[in-house]
Amino acid sequence: MSNAKDWPLWEVFVRGKQGLSHKHVGSLRAPDAQLAIENARDVYTRRSEGISIWVVESNNLVASDPQDSDAFFEPSESKVYRHPTFYDVPDGISHM
Amino acid sequence: MKEISLVELETRFQEKVDAETRIEPNDWMPEEYRRTLIRQISQHAHSEVVGMLPEGNWITRAPNLRRKAVLLAKVQDEAGHGLYLYSAVETLGADREATIDDLHSGKAKYSSIFNYPTPTWADMGAIGWLVDGAAIMNQVPLCRCSYGPYARAMVRVCKEESFHQRQGFEIMTVLAQGTPDQKAMAQDAFNRFWWPALMMFGPNDEESKHSKQSMKWKIKRLSNDDLRQQFIDVTVPQAELIGLTIPDPDLKWNEETGHYESGAINWDEFWQVVEGNGPCNHDRVKARRDAKENGAWVRDAAMAHAEKRVARKTA
Repeated sequence: MSNAKDWPLWEVFVRGKQGLSHKHVGSLRAPDAQLAIENARDVYTRRSEGISIWVVESNNLVASDPQDSDAFFEPSESKVYRHPTFYDVPDGISHM
Repeated sequence: MKEISLVELETRFQEKVDAETRIEPNDWMPEEYRRTLIRQISQHAHSEVVGMLPEGNWITRAPNLRRKAVLLAKVQDEAGHGLYLYSAVETLGADREATIDDLHSGKAKYSSIFNYPTPTWADMGAIGWLVDGAAIMNQVPLCRCSYGPYARAMVRVCKEESFHQRQGFEIMTVLAQGTPDQKAMAQDAFNRFWWPALMMFGPNDEESKHSKQSMKWKIKRLSNDDLRQQFIDVTVPQAELIGLTIPDPDLKWNEETGHYESGAINWDEFWQVVEGNGPCNHDRVKARRDAKENGAWVRDAAMAHAEKRVARKTA
């Protein structure tokens, strides 16, 4: 009974208020972008959770590979000197 | 890259789960974990969607505009909850429409509570208070489920459902303090929904076939019997406060354990309803099937319109 022309899947991003970035909240099915935005309003912002919605077709999303994530993010793991806590600050020094 | 054995992958998976690291859609997971979640989340989604039917029954007959607006908002939430959950099930690689077809063919189950009829307005009170109350108790531990998308959906659902329970309790409170007829109506709804609400937590622990593995995978955090006990302990005083009588002559408080002891649950009735022989099973599934079939032309038209607009833009 499944329809060969199922509506495409969309990822939904919502901006909670001015000053905040859009955040992924989930996904939904819709025939086109306009209806995806209207459906997203009904599904994800029934309680004033947002003032702006982005939708993007899930097919267009490119993601890093979780299987390789250890190697992929290793360069940042090994550079502790990028954090302020790496440095000794003598007692008595403030505002630093 | 060197080949990793299945045993090694499974060990690493269990270590992640034990360390409370959430599992995300593209992470490696045992096939049985995936199957268990697809079954559980899709059945949960079906329960939300079928759950709209017993209450939808009363939208046009709500006693006043306030009650009508509230009931509409609640039913709309249930639709939303179904959609969050169908999205979560799709992250596991399941086909959304195929899971819905499984509901329509009778292959997939949904919560048996929705196979009971709602002949009176007081049933809207009983459902909100008891059915949503039991659902919240089941769902709060699911907010910490090991599978990320399911846990996140549950956080939203739980946040939204607390109003569902309160509005139901409010309906019951008003009726219980009303005329003798209204009070009788409230008690009658309570009598009919109390036992099915207790059955919502599922079979006794020793009878529950998926429980042990689900606990190990941290899909499930608390056992059926523990959750049921928790529900009884919080609900009995609520009923007493509004002057309703628990329809269980064997119910008694145990001073030593600090818990209520309840009478025996009629598990034959539970299995009858699960197997499709409850009072409304046929109607519920038929209503869902009709909705999909009769709405097909709308979905097709929307798709055709979208395609035409794309074609016009690229022409």
